[in-house]
Amino acid sequence: MSLTEQLPVLQVLVPFMAAPLIVFLGSRGLAWILAFGTSAAAFVIAALLLGQVLDGSVISYHIGGWAPPLGIEYRIDAANAFVLLLVSGISAIVLPYARESVASEIPRRHHTLFYACYMLCLTGLLGVVATGDAFNVFVFLEISSLSTYVLIAQGSHRDKRALTAAYDYLIMGTIGATFFVIGLGMLYMATGTLNMADLADRIADQGANRTVVAAFGFIIVGMGLKAALYPLHLWLPNAYTYAPSVVTSFLAATATKVAIYVLLRFMFSVFQPTFLFEGNTLEFLIIPLAVLAMFAASVIAIFQTDMKRLLAYSSIAQIGYMLLGIGMLSQTGLTAAIVHLFNHGITKAALFMGVGALVFRAGGSFFDRIQGMGKTMPWTSAAIVLGGLSLIGVPGTAGFVSKWYLVQGALEKGWWPVAVLIVASSLLAVIYVWHIVETLYLKTPAKDIAVGEVPNSMLIPIWIMALACIYFGLATDITLGAAQAAAKGLLAGSSGMLH
Amino acid sequence: METNTAILLTVLLPTLASVSNIVLRNQENLRDGVTFAAAVATFLCVLQILANVGNTTSETLVLFEVLPGLDLAFQVEPLGLLFAIIASGLWILTHVYGVGYMRGNKESHHARFFSCFSLAIASVMGIAFAANMFTLFLFYEVLTLSTYPLVAHKGTPEAIRGARTYLGILIGTSIGLQLIAVIWTYAIAGTLDFTRGGILEGKIAGPMVAVLLALYAFGIGKAALMPFHRWLPAAMVAPTPVSALLHAVAVVKAGVFTMLKVGIYIFGIDFLAETGASVWLMWLAAFSIVAASVVAMTKDNLKARLAYSTVSQLSYITLGMALATSMGALGGGMHIAMHAMGKITLFMCAGSIYVATHKTNISQMTGLGRIMPITFGAFLIGALSIIGLPPMGGSWSKWLLVMGAADTGQWVMIAVLMVSSLLNVAYLLPLVGRGFFLKGADIPDNAQMAEAPWMVWLPPAVTAFGCVVLFFFAGDIQTFLSPIVLPR
Repeated sequence: MSLTEQLPVLQVLVPFMAAPLIVFLGSRGLAWILAFGTSAAAFVIAALLLGQVLDGSVISYHIGGWAPPLGIEYRIDAANAFVLLLVSGISAIVLPYARESVASEIPRRHHTLFYACYMLCLTGLLGVVATGDAFNVFVFLEISSLSTYVLIAQGSHRDKRALTAAYDYLIMGTIGATFFVIGLGMLYMATGTLNMADLADRIADQGANRTVVAAFGFIIVGMGLKAALYPLHLWLPNAYTYAPSVVTSFLAATATKVAIYVLLRFMFSVFQPTFLFEGNTLEFLIIPLAVLAMFAASVIAIFQTDMKRLLAYSSIAQIGYMLLGIGMLSQTGLTAAIVHLFNHGITKAALFMGVGALVFRAGGSFFDRIQGMGKTMPWTSAAIVLGGLSLIGVPGTAGFVSKWYLVQGALEKGWWPVAVLIVASSLLAVIYVWHIVETLYLKTPAKDIAVGEVPNSMLIPIWIMALACIYFGLATDITLGAAQAAAKGLLAGSSGMLH
Repeated sequence: METNTAILLTVLLPTLASVSNIVLRNQENLRDGVTFAAAVATFLCVLQILANVGNTTSETLVLFEVLPGLDLAFQVEPLGLLFAIIASGLWILTHVYGVGYMRGNKESHHARFFSCFSLAIASVMGIAFAANMFTLFLFYEVLTLSTYPLVAHKGTPEAIRGARTYLGILIGTSIGLQLIAVIWTYAIAGTLDFTRGGILEGKIAGPMVAVLLALYAFGIGKAALMPFHRWLPAAMVAPTPVSALLHAVAVVKAGVFTMLKVGIYIFGIDFLAETGASVWLMWLAAFSIVAASVVAMTKDNLKARLAYSTVSQLSYITLGMALATSMGALGGGMHIAMHAMGKITLFMCAGSIYVATHKTNISQMTGLGRIMPITFGAFLIGALSIIGLPPMGGSWSKWLLVMGAADTGQWVMIAVLMVSSLLNVAYLLPLVGRGFFLKGADIPDNAQMAEAPWMVWLPPAVTAFGCVVLFFFAGDIQTFLSPIVLPR
């Protein structure tokens, strides 16, 4: 077997091996180098995988040569290759930034373990996305969740409230995972299999009985919790606010997106679009909640006085956009959801890294700490403004592309009020983004703050992300191409799974 | 030079000037010199495009395909070219004026100011040469964002409040209404390319045409159609060069320019006339014209008075489009040029008075004409052009608008235009009279001339002269613009 054929498993295996290796070597300098090298390798692998499946084909990899449904199968299609690219790409860009940021926020003796946990988290996220086995999803989900709790708790060196935030998330995350695994148990009871493609077939054969419907409910609620689907979002604001800047940047751009991906995979591939349609799940559950998230969370964001918390609430609102796209159950809507998943990922990465840079100098992210930093940190602030514009969805930025598709999807369905609601909630985004802009540029800085830009190793990753927000707003071949292929595959239901 | 290269340069040169202002922030002479050179070069590029018209068949220049069938693309077309000539030509003068004003007035943050200024010009060029509604919308938003720091420039609570109103209304209308209109258009027509005769005929019918037009008309907040005109007076807290170029020429003209583009190339004049969808807009524009003039009369602050005058004059152009006749559209197009030249003169005179005497209210300006004859002379000429009296350029555009109204038998509209002229006389000329003929309490009889520095008084003198020149070239402009109303 050539190396190319092993790519699906290498995608997960490389970071998985890096984690213990970092602990084993026990050197701070090597830990960072290994983590960065691994992420870069994962990114290359993801790019190669996406290149293979962009035409709509599917890669099926059998772990250990055991054929599915008995053996574990990794399936790569356009939908998950795209998410793999996002996760590994964000990781590869966040890590150079991490070096200085981690050094300033976390005591030196914890550095190696921090990077090891980070690698485990990356492994978990990539594994959830790559695998084609339902139970395997659960296993990787737990790997990523457990390491995430540890990573968030590392924020306690800056602010003790990180401990309660991590604890909250631990409780909520575990409840979510429990619901998810109960759902899987029911599916196994009803069908006798755990392979997703096989599950899809058998569910289609036996139709919707009560066990399957209940399983569907448990899985949606469990994953909804991980995705911070409103009103299951309560863990998110504190976790994002108190986690170390690096962790927030990485998680905000990837963790909820991965959960959304799992939702998509289960809703469309394991269960069928027709199943969803008959159950009216989307129209009566997902869409109202999505709209509620867009507005409630945006309004809450407007009143925040801590920039990290503001961005956290904005994330909850943006997840609403993705769910809305999913709820449209159309090619355009689904494309919007998937492309927004990516675009919002890079936007939030830019913003959270930017605020992390402010924290690096100001020691906190409250508005009265970071006010007037536009003058002392012009480059960081400018990048934050670019990210903010993308968050609003100004034309020429990534956020615009997804919003355009979302509105178009709503119009195609004839849902006028929804289209109006989408733009109305963008206007709420204008308000909270401008809150940030005015704070940065039109106030005088606090007296006791160290003056000067952050080191280039932090500034360059921030700007890569900020420019990516512009680039993907103009050149949309990659993002839209992948999202369209993914949407097509998902809408084909289980026939998409059977190639 | 190829037309397409020139178009790219007109957008790139101001953008580079914007960057160079930041890079050279500490060497003010070099910095302002480089920007001046960029302004001249941009103007030359636009003239090159003008020279190329008719010689070479220019193709649409596509930079990116952002969404399937939606390109970031540029194209030359008479209305846009006219707009580009005005904006880039006046940029040269305003830059000279701006340097004089900022230094003479000891304002702060010159580099940031001129950087944002240049960026605004770059986006105006993008708007002028946009080949489709999507490209236009993109640069429209960039223009809003790049002018926001200019409005907030002084950083005072008043400036911040004004800037919030400015941004709130402009972004609110453009995202809340215009974006929906654009996406809707794309959804039904499958394209957003500006096409002679419009793209909507046969795609939409009945009252929905009027609804879509309303989304555009109110969504284009920069056209300051009532009730979305509040941003314009609010933006007057900006330094005067900003008010002069951006809020008498670039920003507001970008608004009415977009309005004309939508009327002519998206709906199509004939389609509007057939469906009668624009009748309500005509009445609203007429109301705007009169109401804003009346409000202007109540303002003692000179810049506020000019701002309301602008609101009124912009609605002339909206009216021209809403009349849905070729005369009206031509009149609207020409009024972009005429009003720009006249209003920039008035604003620069206001700034000149402020630099020389630090007076902002008309009631304080008694007798100033004696010590500032050039400024007040220029103001008189600009005012006459706005009123629409010969031999000033403004008379021709008003003439065409009246002809357009007569074509459709809208006698009320003719009356509105005439009343508006009278109101213009009533709120513009008293200042001139007060300046020249009344005797100021604090000005001695034998006072010497005390104009502002030459960099401040020369540009309005030049544009005042321009108002007269335009009178004699109006025929050429009309011929130049006439292709825009040819049927498909």
